[in-house]
Amino acid sequence: MTARYASDEMMAVAASRRLRDGMTCFVGIGLPSTAANLARRSHAPGCVLIYESGTIGAKPQHLPLSIGDGELAETADTVVSVPEIFSYWLQAGRIDVGFLGAAQIDRFGNLNSTVIGDYDAPKVRLPGAGGAPEIAASCRQTFVMLRQSPRTFVEALDFRTTVGFATGCGGRERLGFSGAGITAVVTDLGVLEPDPKTCELTMTVLHPGVRVEDARNATGWELTVSDEVCVGEPPTKDELEVLRSLKTIEEDVKA
Amino acid sequence: MAELLPLRDAIASLVHDGDTVALEGFTHLIPNAAGHELIRQGRKDLTLVRMTPDLICDQLIGMGCARKLIFSWGGNPGVGSLHRFRDAVEHGWPTPLELEEHTHAGMAAAYAAGAAHLPFGTLRAYAGTDLAPHTRVARITCPFTGEELTAVPALRPDVGVVHAQQADRSGNVQLWGISGIQKETVLASSRTLVTVEEVVDRLAPRPGAVVVPGWVVDAVAEVPGGAHPSYALGYYDRDNAFYRTWDEISRERERFCEWMRWHVCETAGMSEYRARLAQTSGAMA
Repeated sequence: MTARYASDEMMAVAASRRLRDGMTCFVGIGLPSTAANLARRSHAPGCVLIYESGTIGAKPQHLPLSIGDGELAETADTVVSVPEIFSYWLQAGRIDVGFLGAAQIDRFGNLNSTVIGDYDAPKVRLPGAGGAPEIAASCRQTFVMLRQSPRTFVEALDFRTTVGFATGCGGRERLGFSGAGITAVVTDLGVLEPDPKTCELTMTVLHPGVRVEDARNATGWELTVSDEVCVGEPPTKDELEVLRSLKTIEEDVKA
Repeated sequence: MAELLPLRDAIASLVHDGDTVALEGFTHLIPNAAGHELIRQGRKDLTLVRMTPDLICDQLIGMGCARKLIFSWGGNPGVGSLHRFRDAVEHGWPTPLELEEHTHAGMAAAYAAGAAHLPFGTLRAYAGTDLAPHTRVARITCPFTGEELTAVPALRPDVGVVHAQQADRSGNVQLWGISGIQKETVLASSRTLVTVEEVVDRLAPRPGAVVVPGWVVDAVAEVPGGAHPSYALGYYDRDNAFYRTWDEISRERERFCEWMRWHVCETAGMSEYRARLAQTSGAMA
């Protein structure tokens, strides 16, 4: 019998399985932090967690609410300044995997986290770029974690905050970006990966119970599904146990 | 040489209407008490500079103190939107807010250039994004390799304000834990104010600490708890619950104004603010 699980849990598990022991990961708050901490507590204990607040090798007992929670600094191998984390570590190309979210993504993995609507008269003003553009530019590979819907997976972005593959293969190289770009988009329905020939995001994995048409209906462009699309493994009992033991400190105090 | 001053006097002498004011602290050591004092003294037309304009800028913007914001990520960390920031950008309330936005790496390079008194910082970024045509950056060619790079103009604020754990009586400042962009902010700004948890006779050396000599600081103000709801490592933890509560307080204009009036405008300083916060926290929960 398979354990019951939430779609967020499937996303965290699917992303976590892509991390290998010893990888250096630039992580943000939310699902990326959950996925990276799950990896560190299960199959990849040597995963190095780096938060943009400058904490390198953080080993938090609890999931942080912010990238600057005290526990990250107290458990880190070293804490460096903001200019140092972005120039010596991130942009120098020392990080294996960067994690990003966004409000919108297009078929070439470009991301919008700036505005919905017109820049000068936005319908919704979003937080903005943060570290995302340089994470996607400089990490050896970047994973995006985003729930799939026609509102988030769009034909045309309202604003291009972060470059994935720009307009296709070769786009990154022309801009002088060192990393491989967006190598996986983990959604609540499955995983998309760039087609090696076109760099267009293509559905390669469907989570258990998800049909191809579900993924097509949740995508604002005409979704290409890989000939070799497969069904992913559901979370194991062990994965769920570790995942559910990861709590923010408030949840722990309340419990 | 830094002068030890009460916060009220330090703000009154260092910050004027229309100034460009950098308030830094990357999640840790955010100078929130100094932000409150700017509001109490009714500063206007400020250009605020802050990488992550969280609650401190949400309050200053909502109270009508700011004309422009230079920033790289404007959200409530781990919670969601900054409602007062959004209201100003989306609806011009209480006044329109001009934006100059960058990436974190761009802001970091601009501060580092400012601290070095150089005209610009360089990085490999902005290319291929819609940010480039909407902000102040330019493409430059490396004179040695021919590589195309992006230049960001240096940040040289009129006033830099940061919070730290300790200062001694000569105004030498020591901070530890996540050290953010505080040192660059102090060195890039024409005038500087450091609020501290504690003034001590002698700074005890700490591994990994950043020490800023008193001769590059104009004023030091002792404000215990002055980072709340941010934190000061070794003194108190981040008030994560308050960041969540702020989402409700700031959502509607009326409740926000009422909250600011009671907790900030009508209090004399941090200790009274904390006392009123303790009174109302039962009602807020």
